[in-house]
Amino acid sequence: MLPYPILAFCLLLMWLLLNGFSWGHLVLGTLVAIFASWALASLRPDKPKLRKWWLVPKLFAVVFVDILRSNMAVAALILKGKRRPHTSGFLLLPLEIRDSTALALMAIILTSTPGSAWLEYDSRDGTVLLHVLDLIDEEQWIATIKHRYEALLLEIFA
Amino acid sequence: MIQPVSDLPLWAAIVVAVFLILGSALTLIGAIGFLRLPTFYERLHAPTLGTSWGVGGIMLASMIYFSVASSRPALHEILIGLFVTVTTPITFMLLARAALHRDRAENNGNVPEKHQHDLKDVEVVQGNPDEK
Amino acid sequence: MSAVILLTAISIAQLLIAIAMAIASVRMFRGPRAQDRIIGLDTLYINAMLMLVTFGIGTGSTIYFDAALVIGMLGFVATVALAKFLMRGEVIE
Repeated sequence: MLPYPILAFCLLLMWLLLNGFSWGHLVLGTLVAIFASWALASLRPDKPKLRKWWLVPKLFAVVFVDILRSNMAVAALILKGKRRPHTSGFLLLPLEIRDSTALALMAIILTSTPGSAWLEYDSRDGTVLLHVLDLIDEEQWIATIKHRYEALLLEIFA
Repeated sequence: MIQPVSDLPLWAAIVVAVFLILGSALTLIGAIGFLRLPTFYERLHAPTLGTSWGVGGIMLASMIYFSVASSRPALHEILIGLFVTVTTPITFMLLARAALHRDRAENNGNVPEKHQHDLKDVEVVQGNPDEK
Repeated sequence: MSAVILLTAISIAQLLIAIAMAIASVRMFRGPRAQDRIIGLDTLYINAMLMLVTFGIGTGSTIYFDAALVIGMLGFVATVALAKFLMRGEVIE
């Protein structure tokens, strides 16, 4: 009956957040969620395989802290202005994750931390072209991304 | 213009004010960087300040304000935050790919080439527009 | 007391966001290339959305939230369409 239970639950939650909670809206939102997940099932998208879902809050916490830290770092870089040396550059990052949901999450993480931007992904050799604002040590950048995010994502979407 | 609720407790007013000013200041810094950075790919980084903690700070302020003022949790601002977080990578990725495509087609010379399959594991191309 | 703090903070925040919108539109008019203008437009609508949310806090009305949501969605679709046009619509090769 419910092909995508997580999606249906999120839709119901969104409906209740937008309309405020009442029993009538609970029923209406449940109906909308069920019909919307049937509509999605007819599109047959790949179903993400969430293995270790309890690691997701840890990923969110790590990303939250990193976004805050890199916000401050990039703000300092911008305010220093022209006095800083020219250190930005392109970076080709080889990735081991192939799952499309994990790749989407990786793109969101890398884009929303200021200072690194996801430019294009090559699915043939699994590399991503990044642009990094403060590229001092490229080996260290790659190691940080692989260690902090990719290892967790590989574990979650095993 | 309706005046804001004045019986808000002092701590809530201070927290809301701090988040508002943090969010709008980060948005402004992002816009300043957007104006001052020299190349397109560097300018791509600046607006993400506004879309990550600029949006986040102001949404947190709004959530705290409406939750305290109406004394029940008002969480719908989190939807805007989620929406912006999910859609920004899509727009930036599409724009960056369009920019790469145009720079490669015009041989601007400061962007890495596509499909070099004899690459080493890691290759770094210093993006300095003044070299060519 | 708390009303004074809130009103001051809202006015400062609106001023900062207005300056940010002005800067984004300067970049939008100056270019130099089409992709810079599109990112300028993108920044402009996100700042407009934030401005509407601060208006919502200032007046204590939740109607601005819906306007902000609509601006966010339409702006996203517009930016994606423009980026797609840059990618495919212009024959350079």
